[in-house]
Amino acid sequence: MLNLNTFLVGLLFGLGLIISGMTDPSKVIGFLDLAGAWDPSLAFVMGGAVLIGAAAFTVAKKRQRSLLGAPMQLSSVTGLDKGLLIGSLVFGIGWGLSGFCPGPAVVSAAAGQPKALIFVASMLAGMALYNMIERRGE
Amino acid sequence: MNLSDFTHNPYIAGLSGGLLIGIAAAMFVLLNGRIAGISGILGGLLQADKGDKLWRVMFMLGMAAAPYVYQIATDPPAATIEAGTVQLIIAGLMVGLGTSYASGCTSGHGVCGISRGSMRSIVATLTFMMAGFITVYLTRHLIGL
Repeated sequence: MLNLNTFLVGLLFGLGLIISGMTDPSKVIGFLDLAGAWDPSLAFVMGGAVLIGAAAFTVAKKRQRSLLGAPMQLSSVTGLDKGLLIGSLVFGIGWGLSGFCPGPAVVSAAAGQPKALIFVASMLAGMALYNMIERRGE
Repeated sequence: MNLSDFTHNPYIAGLSGGLLIGIAAAMFVLLNGRIAGISGILGGLLQADKGDKLWRVMFMLGMAAAPYVYQIATDPPAATIEAGTVQLIIAGLMVGLGTSYASGCTSGHGVCGISRGSMRSIVATLTFMMAGFITVYLTRHLIGL
């Protein structure tokens, strides 16, 4: 049941990314291009998602277990650190260079777009590199 | 009004896609107790010592099915990738490394974290958006990549 729901969540999430226009890198760059012909429509994607998400997380935060009985696994980390700030900065530069963030890149690679496949392969290499650097001593 | 008229208005398309993403994130946290953060789900698949691979695979299979399900209803989505191969490789490395160090991306911090009211996620989102704006300004208007 949990795994079936996970598949469905991935599918809906992916459809949402496609319908919203997030899987079109030139559109994403148009959204990031404040000084050019700025296309603000992608701001509505986060707006719509947070509208629903805020209601769901208000309920979720009060619970120890999910409606299906799984443990509620929300982050307990608080406070800011260098990793969060520098990591987000580096991610944002990569996002601006390509127009891809992880979700849309995965969807586009699955559709067989050669350039998206190159991007995802490189992104996975970056994640593996992080594991090598940060998890060596564990 | 048919489906393509509807998806051709970028504001309606953005809002309805966003609502769908919100519904997906809501279902995941309320039913599975988990955060729908794509970089974290993907990154966990690359850690050999993590035993919880199945749900991560199921999530990715669902995402991978999305473009095929979408094409049953309408034309394939438009996608123009202006960046060349070298630029994509550099960008991919930066996105992979950056989201790992930041413990999240547009979905985990931008959607779920902000929905949860997390200060870390709000700061992360402002930081990567700002970096994206500045990068596009530099590449488009100063260097002309």
